[in-house]
Amino acid sequence: MTSKNSSNNNEKPVGVIGIGSFGTAIANILAEKNNVIVYARKQEVVDEINHHHSAEGRDLNPGITATTDPEHLCETCEVMFPVVSSSGFRDVMRKFAPYLHPYHILIHGTKGLVLNLPEGKNLDNVSKIHRENIWTMSEVIQNETVVVRVGCLAGPNLAKELAMGQPAATVVASRFNEVILEGQRLLRSDRFQVYGNQDIIGVELSGVLKNTIAIASGALAGLGLGENAKGLLISRGMVEMIHLGNALGGQTQSFVGLAGIGDLVTTCSSTFSRNYTVGYRLAKGETLDAINASMDEVAEGINTVRLLQTFLEGTGMRAPITENLYKVLFEGFKVEDALYYLMKYPFNVDIDFL
Amino acid sequence: MTDDYIKQKYDPILPRKDEWPVVKLAKSRKDFIQSVATISKEKIISMTGNNLDLLKEELETTLYREKLRVKQNPWLVDPDDEDEFWSGVKSALVQASSESHSSEEEKKANYHKILDSITTRYSEEIASNFKHSHYKATRKMVTFGFSRLLNAARVKGFGSIFSKQYTLQDKIQIIGETEQLRNLAAKGTIVMVPTHFSNLDSILIGWTISTLGMPPFLYGAGLNLFNIQIFAYFMDALGAYKVDRRKKNLLYLETLKTYSSEAIQFGCHSLFFPGGTRSRSGKIENKLKLGLLSTAVEAQRANYEKGFNDISGKVFIVPVSINYHFTLEAPSLIREYLSLTGQERYYKETDEFSTSYKISKFLIKFFTKGSDISVSIGQAMDILGNYVDKDGSSIDKDGRIIDCRDYFMSNGKVSVDPQREEVYSQLLGERIVEEFHKINRVFSSHLVAFTAFEMIKKQNSKMDLFSLLRLPEEDLVISYSDFRSNCQRVLNRLMEIRSKGLVHVAPHLKQDIDAIIAHGLANVGMYHAKRPLIRTDDDLITTQDMSLLYYYHNRLDGYDLEKLFK
Repeated sequence: MTSKNSSNNNEKPVGVIGIGSFGTAIANILAEKNNVIVYARKQEVVDEINHHHSAEGRDLNPGITATTDPEHLCETCEVMFPVVSSSGFRDVMRKFAPYLHPYHILIHGTKGLVLNLPEGKNLDNVSKIHRENIWTMSEVIQNETVVVRVGCLAGPNLAKELAMGQPAATVVASRFNEVILEGQRLLRSDRFQVYGNQDIIGVELSGVLKNTIAIASGALAGLGLGENAKGLLISRGMVEMIHLGNALGGQTQSFVGLAGIGDLVTTCSSTFSRNYTVGYRLAKGETLDAINASMDEVAEGINTVRLLQTFLEGTGMRAPITENLYKVLFEGFKVEDALYYLMKYPFNVDIDFL
Repeated sequence: MTDDYIKQKYDPILPRKDEWPVVKLAKSRKDFIQSVATISKEKIISMTGNNLDLLKEELETTLYREKLRVKQNPWLVDPDDEDEFWSGVKSALVQASSESHSSEEEKKANYHKILDSITTRYSEEIASNFKHSHYKATRKMVTFGFSRLLNAARVKGFGSIFSKQYTLQDKIQIIGETEQLRNLAAKGTIVMVPTHFSNLDSILIGWTISTLGMPPFLYGAGLNLFNIQIFAYFMDALGAYKVDRRKKNLLYLETLKTYSSEAIQFGCHSLFFPGGTRSRSGKIENKLKLGLLSTAVEAQRANYEKGFNDISGKVFIVPVSINYHFTLEAPSLIREYLSLTGQERYYKETDEFSTSYKISKFLIKFFTKGSDISVSIGQAMDILGNYVDKDGSSIDKDGRIIDCRDYFMSNGKVSVDPQREEVYSQLLGERIVEEFHKINRVFSSHLVAFTAFEMIKKQNSKMDLFSLLRLPEEDLVISYSDFRSNCQRVLNRLMEIRSKGLVHVAPHLKQDIDAIIAHGLANVGMYHAKRPLIRTDDDLITTQDMSLLYYYHNRLDGYDLEKLFK
C-alpha cells in the first residue's frame, strides 16, 4: 500500500458532484494531487469550467474538467465527493443511483438533514417525526443507492478561506477505515490536515447542528452584544448539540472534536458564514423572506431548525436555543424576546454529559 | 410470501448422497481438519502482526483460561486427556521461553509449533461427525415416531396408531420461499439463519431441511447439548459441529470461525442461530452475534478471490423464523433473563431439557396436544442483505442487477480488508433482524399475551418492570370486555403492519375476535404448570405467572405496538 501522504498514482480521476462554493474549494484541493472531474447540472456551468477554468466566477484549477453526464462520472471515477445542497441531495443521488456500483466510495460534504416522510406528507401536515424520518446525507446515500462505503467531510471549512489557501483541517468520518484512508490520501496537503473519525453519524450531526447555533451567534452580534455573551452561547450551544446529537445517534466524543467544537467556534465567529449572516440580519430587523431572497446559496440552518422543532415536539425533548430560534424564524418572535427567555431559562448544571 | 402453509412432498434436489456437500466433507474430514488448523494458525500469526511477544501472550492467556476451565467447569463430553494436553502445552511454553541461546527463527518455530498443536486439537474437537447411515436412521425415526404420536392422539379408534391421516406437516407448517431455497441450494451455498427460542429448534430445522428435499446442512450446536446422549446422537446425525461457549480465547474463536468459513467455501450449506443462544427474553433477536455471520462474508470474499464469480461461488443468506405457541423452557429462560446482570455467564445445564426422559415426556405431550408450529422461510439475500432473484443475482431497490463481487473491490480488484468485512457483517446483522420481523408469523397466543401484559402495565403505569412482575395476584385482573376490545385494537394494527409486508399472521387470526382469543388462551404456554393467561369463571382475564406472560408478550416486541397503550 502507498503511504498515507504519498501523492496519487493518478490511476483514476476523482469526481466532485456539485460546484457551489464548498464544492469548488474541495475540487481545487483535490486537484493539487489528482485528476478531477466535476459534475454540474447546467451545461453553461460545464462550459465555463472547461473553457475558462472557473465556476460561477470562482477560479478552478486548470486541470479540472467538467461533465453533465452522471454515467460518465460513475464510469470514470471510483471515489466521488458529492457536495450539493441538502435540499437537492436526494434528487442528485437518485439521478446517480442507476450508475453507481458497490465498489464506489462516496465522501459527501453536505451539512444538512433530509426529511423522509411517506408520499404526500410534509412538515406542514405531520404532527410528529421520529428519528427514522430524519436522514443525514450518508443515510440518504445508503438508502437511495447501492453504495455502502460512505464517508463525510466536516470541520471548520469556510469555503472563502480555503479558496485563499489558508491553513485548515477537516475530518473524514466513515465506518470504514479504507474510506478514511482514501479521503486522507486524496486531500491531505501541507496546508490541509485531515483527521479520521469512525462515528460518521456524530460527525454529520455536528456539522448540521452547529448551523443553528451559528444563526443565534449572528443574532447576538447583530444586537451588538459582546464576547461574554458569545462565550455563553457557544458553550450552551455545545451542550444542546450534544443533547440533541445523542438523541439522534451520535457519540459525545465527536461533538467535542474538530467537526464539533472546532467547527462551532469557527462558524459562530465568522462573518463569512451564511448562517451567521442570517442571524445578524434578523437581529437588524430584516424578515426571513427578505434575507432568503437576497442570498445566492441557502443557509442550511434555517431548514434544520424547522425540522428539529418538529422532532422535538414529537419526542418531548427540550432544546431551548433551537426552540427559540424557531420562534424567531417562523413565528415572528423578536430576537430580544428570545434572548430574554434564554436568560431566564432554568439551567442548573453546566455540563452533565462527560 | 403467502400466509397459507405449504403441504406437499418435495423431491430431493440431490438424490445421490455422494453429491451431498456434507458427505464429501465427511469423506475428506482428515484433510479438512488439517487445513482448518493450518489456516487458523496463519490467521492468528497475522493477527499478532508476526510479533513473537504478542503471540506468546495469546498462548499464555489461552493456557491460563483453559487450565481454569478444566478445573472449574468440566463437562461430560470433554475428552479424558484434557488435563494432560494443557500440561503439555504448559511445559512446551516454559521450555520455549527458557531457551535463551536459540535464534529468533528457532524461537518462532517453537511457538508456532505450540500454536499448531492447539489449533489442530480445537479443529478436531469442532469438526462434525456426519454419518450418512445415522442421518437416514434419525430422519426415519423422527418422521415415523412423530407421525405415529400425532395420529394416535387425533384419530379415534382402534388402529389409530397406524393411521396416515395426519403427517408432521399438519403440525409443523412450512411457509414462505421454499422453492427459491431449493433452487438456490442446488446451485450455490446457503447459510440459513433461524430465530432461536427452544432447544427443539435444532431438530425442527433439521426436519424442515430434509422435508424440503435438501441435503443436510452443517451447523454449530452448543457443546453442552452433546452432554445429553439422545441429543448428541441427533446432532451428530444431522451434521452438527461443536461450539463450546466456555472457550472464549482468541485461538478457539479463530479456529471456530475458520472452520465455518472453510466449510462454506467447501460448498456446505450451513446454519447458524445468529442470536447465539436461545432468546432468553422471548423477544425476536435484535442483536446478533456477528462472529459466525462474519464467516459467511469472509467465505464469499474468498470465493471471489479464488475466481468463483458465478452462482456456484455465491453465498445466500436465508432468514427463517420459527413460531411456537409456547416454549418448553420459557420459565427458566425468562428467569435467567430477568436475573441476568449483564455479564455473560457460563451456560447452565439444569433446564427442562436436561435428561432424555424429560425430553421424551415433552415430545409425547407436544405431539398429542393440539398446538401448532410454523417455520417461515424468508427470501434469500446476498451477504449484504440485497434480495436475490431466481438465478441468484443480487437485486438493488430499483430492481437493477448488481454484482456482489463489487463490494469487495478496490482499485479494480478483490481486496482483503478485515475492518470492511466487520462493518459488512454488522450491516448484514441489521438486515437479518429486519427480515426476522417481516417473516415472523403472529399467533393468537402472542396477541393475547401481548395485549394482557400491556393492559396490566397501563393499569400500573408508575411501576418499573420488576415491580410490575412482583404485583400481587389480586392486581393482575382485567375485565374480559376491555380485554376483547384491546385485542381487537392490537389485531387491527397488526393487520395494518401486515398490509405493508412487515409481519405475517397465522390463518387462525382471520376468525372473529372471540374465537381468536379463545384459541390464544387455550394455546399460550399450554405446557406450563402455571398458565400465563386464563379466563376465570366470573369473566375476568388473569395470569398465574406474570414473568411468563411477559415472556410471551415479548414476541411482539419491535413493532411499536406498545404505543397503542399510551
